[in-house]
Amino acid sequence: MAAIEKQRNIIEFTLSSLWKRKGKNIALVVVYTLVVFLLASVMFFTHSLKREASLVLQDAPEMIVQRLVAGRQDSIPVSYMESIRDIKGVQSVQPRLWGYYYDAVSGANFTLMVKEELKDQPGIVVIGNGVSRHLASMKDDAIPFKTYKGDYLMLQVKGVLPAASELVNSDLIQVSEEDFKKIFSITTNEATDLVLKIRNVKELATIAGKITQLFPDTRPILREELLRTYDAVFDWRGGMIMVILAGAFFAFIILAWDKATGLSAEEKREIGILKAIGWETSDILLMKFWEGAAVSLSAYLLGVLSAYLHVFIGSAVVFEPALKGWSVLYPQFKLTPFVSAYQLATLFFLTVVPYTVATIVPSWRSATIDPDSVMRT
Amino acid sequence: MITLHDIRKVFNGGKPNEFVALDGINLAIDSHKATVIKGPSGSGKTTLLSLLGCMARPTSGRIFLKDREITSLPERFLTEIRRETFGFMFQQFNLIRGMTTLENVMLPAYPSGEKHGVLRKRAMELLGLFNLDHKAASRVEWLSGGEAQRVAIARALINHPSVIIADEPTAHLDTKLSAEFMDIMGQLKAQGKTVLIASHDPIVCESEVIDRIVDMRDGKVVSTGSVR
Repeated sequence: MAAIEKQRNIIEFTLSSLWKRKGKNIALVVVYTLVVFLLASVMFFTHSLKREASLVLQDAPEMIVQRLVAGRQDSIPVSYMESIRDIKGVQSVQPRLWGYYYDAVSGANFTLMVKEELKDQPGIVVIGNGVSRHLASMKDDAIPFKTYKGDYLMLQVKGVLPAASELVNSDLIQVSEEDFKKIFSITTNEATDLVLKIRNVKELATIAGKITQLFPDTRPILREELLRTYDAVFDWRGGMIMVILAGAFFAFIILAWDKATGLSAEEKREIGILKAIGWETSDILLMKFWEGAAVSLSAYLLGVLSAYLHVFIGSAVVFEPALKGWSVLYPQFKLTPFVSAYQLATLFFLTVVPYTVATIVPSWRSATIDPDSVMRT
Repeated sequence: MITLHDIRKVFNGGKPNEFVALDGINLAIDSHKATVIKGPSGSGKTTLLSLLGCMARPTSGRIFLKDREITSLPERFLTEIRRETFGFMFQQFNLIRGMTTLENVMLPAYPSGEKHGVLRKRAMELLGLFNLDHKAASRVEWLSGGEAQRVAIARALINHPSVIIADEPTAHLDTKLSAEFMDIMGQLKAQGKTVLIASHDPIVCESEVIDRIVDMRDGKVVSTGSVR
């Protein structure tokens, strides 16, 4: 009990001591909180985006086969399907038709994709949320599309895709095969790429090898590769933000180091007095530990909480353009809150631990001074 | 009873600026008496006081508190003895600015692990004893010189010490406050406490509270004798 009371008494003194220098300490907590907020925001945001993307891509085909001409993707002949279907382990092969459409009026790029459900419904489109917002088009509105011949094709909006899939479907327009071919110059025996269903995922690499052997001008893309690319893109974007923030972070480290390590003459005098009136070196270090912990824990909790609100309630307004992409059509969606213990622990060790250590180490030197120094000064 | 045997204290030993502060001190301080260590500046009064109060260790020689040899004790035990046995008053009062009077009085008892409520009650009683209870919530820098001095005394008494040590306590006080201080020392002595004061102020040295004067010069005890 005495040990607990001792801790309580020392914490009481520490808080009084912090409050005494409230100007300095509040400024420190504010800057510190801002740094934790920025770091935590980037971390929460990239992790949640990656998680969201991986959830969406779970339904993606196991393998996509593209054709390359002079190193660039080109239309793939539908005749390739027959030979691919015959490869052992391939469950099904479907042709896909999709492409990019630049709308000069709104200045945005849309992704046009043929949807099997619209096969017999020419003149109809289903649009993503971003497209709907950008063109201010709702159900039953008509959207003009400029065809490769230069004339216009009016297509009616049948519906808007659900907001839950907006991360990858924001700029998507689903059309019928007939309308797609009217807009782009694509012949009936060509597809943009082929999607494959594979019985056993362990055979993916073998099947991909067989396809490239059969058709050396093709490039099979596995779902895992797509996921890795998404991860890399978000990691890269997160990394880029981190680089920008690095300057601010180092400025904070210098500030924190200076504030935490540079004991003022007043603080040194106080340590001398405390030792003279019966405090041990360990009591002084304990007091300094609580001081560092109070500042850094407050900043950590405030920073993490505000980052959570910023990312999951405020849709990360600060980093949105950099982290979501540079498209005209920014996806607008609320991320599902995803915060792991690993993320929180990483942040804790990056922020709280270094600061607390930085406050204790210089105090060690002052705490070991002879208690009689206060009598001799 | 505190006994000193052949005490020598050297600062910066072995360096060009080596300084012998105390040399060959043999002294016995009686319990329940008021002793003044007198001498000019640099005579070693404060150094002797800090050795007596377990704030520093001698370079050589031995110090006994009652029958216990304390010179070779580790810092932790020495601090415990210092906290439990001695109450200190400093020349500049050395109160911690920015904190309240009450907090300053409670400070020496914080590491003891006593209940906060009990401590607070005792500190308030001490402040009441010195008519300072109405100043409990005031910050110490707002106190007058006399009030600050009484707060320093209350702080020295919070751990029920048996020995009160004061270093030049009247150096910054006027005649009236100095006399008031000596009255308080008289009351403490009457309660059975041992009073040790380093001073060359005649108000202290000639006070009727004082039982014995130890005269020092150049780190040595020149004379020692009872005044009454």
